[in-house]
Amino acid sequence: MSVSITVTVNGITYPLDVDPHASLLHTVRDQVGLTGAKEGCDDSECGACMMLVDGRPTNACSYLAVQADGARVITVEGLAEQDGAGERLSALQRAMLSRGGVQCGFCTPGMLISATALLERTPHPSEDEIRVALSGNLCRCTGYDGIVKAVAAVADGTA
Amino acid sequence: MSGRTYTQAGSVADAVAAMAAGARPVAGGTDLVVGARHGKSPLPQAMVGIHRIPGLDSIEVDPNGAIRIGALVSHAAILDSPLLAEQAPGLLDASAIVGSHATRANGTLGGNVMNASPAMDTGAPLLCLGAQAVLTGSSGTRRLGLDELWISPGRTAASADELLEAIELPAPSGAGARGSAYVRLQYRRQMEIAVVGAAAVVRLSADGGRVADAAVAITAVTPVIVRVSAAEACLVGADLSGGGEELEAALQAAGRAAAWAATPISDVRASLGYRTQMVAVMTRRAAAAAIARARGQQVRVPASDWSVVR
Ligand SMILES: Cc1cc2nc3c(=O)[nH]c(=O)nc-3n(C[C@H](O)[C@H](O)[C@H](O)COP(=O)(O)OP(=O)(O)OC[C@H]3O[C@@H](n4cnc5c(N)ncnc54)[C@H](O)[C@@H]3O)c2cc1C
Ligand code: FES
Ligand code: FES
Repeated sequence: MSVSITVTVNGITYPLDVDPHASLLHTVRDQVGLTGAKEGCDDSECGACMMLVDGRPTNACSYLAVQADGARVITVEGLAEQDGAGERLSALQRAMLSRGGVQCGFCTPGMLISATALLERTPHPSEDEIRVALSGNLCRCTGYDGIVKAVAAVADGTA
Repeated sequence: MSGRTYTQAGSVADAVAAMAAGARPVAGGTDLVVGARHGKSPLPQAMVGIHRIPGLDSIEVDPNGAIRIGALVSHAAILDSPLLAEQAPGLLDASAIVGSHATRANGTLGGNVMNASPAMDTGAPLLCLGAQAVLTGSSGTRRLGLDELWISPGRTAASADELLEAIELPAPSGAGARGSAYVRLQYRRQMEIAVVGAAAVVRLSADGGRVADAAVAITAVTPVIVRVSAAEACLVGADLSGGGEELEAALQAAGRAAAWAATPISDVRASLGYRTQMVAVMTRRAAAAAIARARGQQVRVPASDWSVVR
């Protein structure tokens, strides 16, 4: 039996019919069509699927779509800022590029969501707080240093 | 997709009715859904979402001074509570190291308790704090101590239609400052499962010179988390004045008593012998941190980090 839900993703409200066992990740990727969030492990270990659900950082691979009924979801596609000229990458996204926080990019959508959640709660985190907040996000490429520096740059206004 | 159902409970009564009809409750889903991903047990055919039931996500003090923590209170909300930071820092030590910040934002205290894992982090501090589970089912509400609730790994004494509404921490009794702490042995600071854990809650004598009362519990080394009265007895009466030799002797003795009570397994993460030795170390650290807090000394949350830097 499928269940009818309504989920607002990056400001747009989608009525959806989902299997009760479907994950929020598969639903957003396959039904909504936003493929920014990635599936690495499908197991809450890697963080590549991270989304904000009503502001909470959430491993979307392990979150049931039915539980997100009525929720406001933000994916990496929702982080860019809109201005008169169109879309512009957020300060955090720009810092990730300029500080070498991106190589293959597979972890990047989740890293950006995790770091966004951190900066919303703690606008001026210490390096230790940054590392703790990103501990659920694995990166195979960068060695993390550029990622941590990018978040720190946003926090101290030098991004 | 045949036969799978999901409903959203708007009240405790809704949830209990759905559970009585066979549905499993889902709160944050961080155990239930991830357990299914691991192939531990498939997702239930019938589920009831309880995460939006109003009123179960607050932390309140009742007129008798007991603290009532709603079952839906997340680990993140526990960390944000000044009341719990003051009254039950040992619980913050546990919530601070559950998973990652995403696990803490979605995972609830009720889910942690009802999952009944012998390695769950909030269990040992809650047990030492004398916590009671408030369960509501088709035949009314009852309270169970956590020692009665957990019966074996992954199993509780709650019947299938009983919803955990809250965890209650009784008001502290007796004069004298209190302190609590939880420490786990971990190979990394986050995204870890306790290899061994220990919690302690102490109350000092009115003049602060001695340990008047102590509770000790151990994690991940017995089928369910248990108090160790022999370790508690080693701490009670310990003299805190002087150069600290007597306290150190009491801490060491409590550690040995706790190790004696442990019946750990060997697995890929640690051998039986190593786990047993580490029970002594974790118990000593938890008791030292609880006593330090009772004496007004700063021990940062999580205490697991404090013992590393010491
Ligand atoms: C990556 C990761 C890391 C983790 N790390 C840790 C860790 O370090 N330490 C630790 O202790 N745990 C850890 N966990 C386990 C889990 O996050 C916690 O136990 C969490 O508190 C569970 O809460 P939940 O709301 O997500 O539970 P759910 O998954 O929603 O529920 C768990 C179980 O309890 C039942 N249940 C839930 N609420 C109620 C209720 N109110 N009444 C009756 N039954 C109920 C459910 O039916 C289910 O059987 C981790 C999990 C993940 C995915
Ligand atoms: S895909 Fe969700 S945590 Fe790895
Ligand atoms: S940039 Fe490749 S995994 Fe992080």
